[in-house]
Amino acid sequence: MDTGDTAWVLISAALVLLMTPGLAFFYGGMVRSKSVLNMMMMSLGAMAVVGVLWVLFGYSTAFGADVGAGLLGKPFEFFGLSGLLAPESLALPAKIPSTVFVAFQAMFAIITVALISGAIADRARFGPWLLFAGLWATVVYFPVAHWVFDFDGKDEAGNVVDPGGWIANKLLAIDFAGGTAVHINAGAAGLALALVLGKRVGWPKEPMKPHSLPLVVLGAGLLWFGWFGFNAGSALGANATAGVTFINTLVATCAAMLGWMLTERIRDGKATTLGAASGVIAGLVAITPACSSVTPIGAIAIGAITGVLCALAVSLKYRLGFDDSLDVVGVHLVGGLSGTILIGLFASDAAPAKINGLFYGGGVDQLWRQAVGAFAVLAYSFVLSLLLGYLVKFTVGFRASEEAEVASIDEAEHAERAYEYGSLTSARGTGKASVAAGATAVLEGSNKK
Amino acid sequence: MKLVTAIIKPFTLDDVKSSLEQLGVLGMTVSEVQGYGRQKGHTEVYRGAEYSVDFVPKIKVEVVVDDNAVEKVLEAVVEAARTGKIGDGKVWVTPVDTVVRVRTGERGSDAL
Repeated sequence: MDTGDTAWVLISAALVLLMTPGLAFFYGGMVRSKSVLNMMMMSLGAMAVVGVLWVLFGYSTAFGADVGAGLLGKPFEFFGLSGLLAPESLALPAKIPSTVFVAFQAMFAIITVALISGAIADRARFGPWLLFAGLWATVVYFPVAHWVFDFDGKDEAGNVVDPGGWIANKLLAIDFAGGTAVHINAGAAGLALALVLGKRVGWPKEPMKPHSLPLVVLGAGLLWFGWFGFNAGSALGANATAGVTFINTLVATCAAMLGWMLTERIRDGKATTLGAASGVIAGLVAITPACSSVTPIGAIAIGAITGVLCALAVSLKYRLGFDDSLDVVGVHLVGGLSGTILIGLFASDAAPAKINGLFYGGGVDQLWRQAVGAFAVLAYSFVLSLLLGYLVKFTVGFRASEEAEVASIDEAEHAERAYEYGSLTSARGTGKASVAAGATAVLEGSNKK
Repeated sequence: MKLVTAIIKPFTLDDVKSSLEQLGVLGMTVSEVQGYGRQKGHTEVYRGAEYSVDFVPKIKVEVVVDDNAVEKVLEAVVEAARTGKIGDGKVWVTPVDTVVRVRTGERGSDAL
């Protein structure tokens, strides 16, 4: 065990966890003032559900012994993390305790599920969302994480003793921190759910502008900060790979922001705050798979291309008529595809992954591997998400009533409002106070004692 | 007495208010309102989509004045609110039966 590596991955895990409340701010600022809490609760709810499932059987499904063909780990091998708590159980090949790796990967599972919620803003009931989150993590995320993140365990002679997932070990597509498993995966699921739930009342005639851009910027800042843990932490050590991925995570994001703002300036006449914040996320998404395999110049190219591409992609939903409310498809699916596939062009053997892409004399070999990996995850996630979405819709129902949606989904689903302003008519208190029936019983019970 | 109601562009409110003060108008009620006239709103572009905004934000100013001051007040409001461009607004005058000052019970012009 290496204490420096362990410390860095522990800190990175906490950084990645912070991304999900960051996402809650990012998404929460983008919706209208009457549905902020429901939006934020979908991120918080994903943390609650996926965190528990991860410890029970999620980690084991993703990183347990392969059941065959690199499709799935044994779900109950490490049930409840049994067998992983002893100090000598190391997650190969990194020099960190297994539990540290479990913790780091848990945060990835959580944020991936939370990302999907942006596609169904303002209209999803909370309970059904939690149900979907649990089902989706189990059926889609855990297996896909196995495909992409579970590398073969080898003994000292180099023989495979613990086979991992097919994308990481057989296809050999490069996805350093989750362009496929996290972003294409969540983006395709977002598209599926936007289709299952349908459009919001009034969309697309009503502008539905963000109610608080300062919250959006706060969220984007927290996401960027946490993303250094996401990408540089994926080096699983405090080393040179972490350094390269860190700097690429910085510079690709800056370039993407420039690309997005420039596109808006030319197309719409003004560079918007929402555009700058979205450009940040697009750049982070694109560099996620690529940060270990490109030089900083390659990172700038990938960031700039993706910034422009995503800025153009977010207007597609109006032409195609699906209400992907907060652009999960336009940013995460398109940005994830862009970053994953551009590795095939911009990969350079000067970077830690030591592979050359098409532009560096490596031919098209890596390019097709990237494309196959990307589209395999896209197709699997889209089809399964559609099925799970309809399953929830036709059993417990997924969508809030039109009345609740128009009035305030926060009030209807959570009995709260994000912004409770006092009004002149309520100054003296015209209502009547009473304790809810359940609470009365509790109070009486405590009095009897 | 007459009630003068003016729907104006929000940025002209300051000019309208000071012209009315110069005429000796002692009070007014101002509200933020939305609506449209012949201009029928406008279009906005945001995040690659074009929206038609039907209701344009406006300010409504209401003042109650003596019959003999109506013409001057009308002129002052129109003068201060005019930019010559579409969407400058409207001003109309309606008769008022009576006015009561709540604190003293005074009626009519004395209550203004």
